[in-house]
Amino acid sequence: MSVKQISVFLENRPGCLHEMTKALADANIDLRGLSLAETSDFGIVRLIVDDVLGTADTLRAANFVASLTDVLAVEVPNVPGGLNKVLEILDSAGVNVEYMYAILGNKKSDTAYMIFRVNDNAKASYALAGSGVKIMEADELSAL
Amino acid sequence: MSNYYQPEIETMPHEKIRELQNERLLKQVRHVWDNVPYYRKKMQEKGVTPDDIKSQDDLHKLPFLSKADLREAYPYGLMGKPLKDCVRIQSTSGTTGQRVVAFYTHHDLHIWETMCARAIVAAGGTNEDVVQVSYGYGLFTGGPGLNGGSHLLGSLTIPTSSGNTDRQIMFIKDLNATILCCTPSYAAFIGERMKEMGMKPDDIPLKAGIFGAEAWSEEMRRDIEATMGIKAYDIYGLTELCGPGVSFECSDQHGMHINEDYFIAEIIDPKTGEVLPEGSTGELVFTTLDKEAFPLIRYRTRDITSLTREPCPCGRTHVRMTKLKGRTDDMLIIRGVNVFPSQIETVLINQGYPANYQIIVDRVNNTDTLDVRVEMTPEMFTDNLGVVNQKQAKLVEALRSMLGLKAKVTLVAPKTIVRSEGKAVRVIDNRKI
Repeated sequence: MSVKQISVFLENRPGCLHEMTKALADANIDLRGLSLAETSDFGIVRLIVDDVLGTADTLRAANFVASLTDVLAVEVPNVPGGLNKVLEILDSAGVNVEYMYAILGNKKSDTAYMIFRVNDNAKASYALAGSGVKIMEADELSAL
Repeated sequence: MSNYYQPEIETMPHEKIRELQNERLLKQVRHVWDNVPYYRKKMQEKGVTPDDIKSQDDLHKLPFLSKADLREAYPYGLMGKPLKDCVRIQSTSGTTGQRVVAFYTHHDLHIWETMCARAIVAAGGTNEDVVQVSYGYGLFTGGPGLNGGSHLLGSLTIPTSSGNTDRQIMFIKDLNATILCCTPSYAAFIGERMKEMGMKPDDIPLKAGIFGAEAWSEEMRRDIEATMGIKAYDIYGLTELCGPGVSFECSDQHGMHINEDYFIAEIIDPKTGEVLPEGSTGELVFTTLDKEAFPLIRYRTRDITSLTREPCPCGRTHVRMTKLKGRTDDMLIIRGVNVFPSQIETVLINQGYPANYQIIVDRVNNTDTLDVRVEMTPEMFTDNLGVVNQKQAKLVEALRSMLGLKAKVTLVAPKTIVRSEGKAVRVIDNRKI
């Protein structure tokens, strides 16, 4: 019920992020979602892509440290209170959200897509599915 | 079980070694007095003549030689033989900014190679071993020294020199190298590359490594041993004295035996020059006993160590020096605290970081800053900012408890710190003092 996110370590140095996007561009990798977290010392970029293994290889070859994490890709109704409803479900199930971010999806304008990194994927999936919230598989994500 | 290259000398009772040393010391002092005007003048200034030296108990009467003397007497001022009797020159890498040129006669080369042969045998080598010498060849003593020792022992020698790491690994594998000789930082680099290539310790025939020419920590030793599946032996030397082989480790891996038939070692207080009792930590001073072309009396190495005459399980009777704490000129004084790069290395390896690091010292607003740059590894990295932050904070704390001062830790991308094929440049001191 989860998809693979690629996290990449970035030095706090001008041009570092661009070096990464260039490596990905040169390998013709399409980014579906991205979020950046940073401290004063370093940054972590989280990526959602179609070709996870190819992207990981490309990054390694360009001397970036990357790791894979299982995250949940969730359909969120694109209406006021849509996100709130999802978080309510997770909250009442006792699931802790470590971070989340929105990703692109072009087909349906009434739906937004978000990535959730939670402390317990199984518990979160069960609670969301039980409340009728759709969790997307990797191939569904690719088809967006 | 122990093997010796020259059992009669390496296990000679201490009293006998002293007798041999006394006899050779008198000859060496006389040789220097007769042939090296630079040192004779120093002796005269101190009011000492060869007649005042009856045994090594009189050694303290003789003046010291320092690197400054070598610089002043450069290039021929300390020679004990005419150039026509010399057959070789070696020179330092100049890592500390002062180049030293040393001269060798056939005899000098022979005793140097003998010491290297002893080191190889102490690391378990025989004439059935294949010795890959991945120290640089040329002016640097590492390659020529171990190459000569390996020949003398009759081992098949692969003179790869340093560099071209993939080829090094190919030779080790294809030509069944059993003993690898190089700097510890290069050994770590070769090990790292092997891992990258997916090789396990069992995939290579190496059984031992003889690593020297720079100070390295016990933790780095264990790391290299695990990566390559070998036993790693330390070897010590200085170009001024001959090169590697002045002292070497035995299977006990507990200090390096100094070849006492060729040198007398003393430990002095680097500030006062006073000789310290056995077991004290101080600056190592050597007097050569059997050198023709480049004899040195009481040469101050600037290396910090201590000596022990505790009996060694290997059976060798020659005095042991502990693993170098550092060179007095490697030592950094940061906010008044003495810091050796090897201490930082110990902390990094204990915390699971690679031994490849760089120390950047600077002075900002009249305060020294210490920045330790270390590479992020896949094992250390997670998607969670907080976890990475915590690991970084843990490293800062471990450094603080080891050094007694706060260091900044900068995590950098893999392979951004330059790999060394010879001596690693660990410290960049940007302070303008």
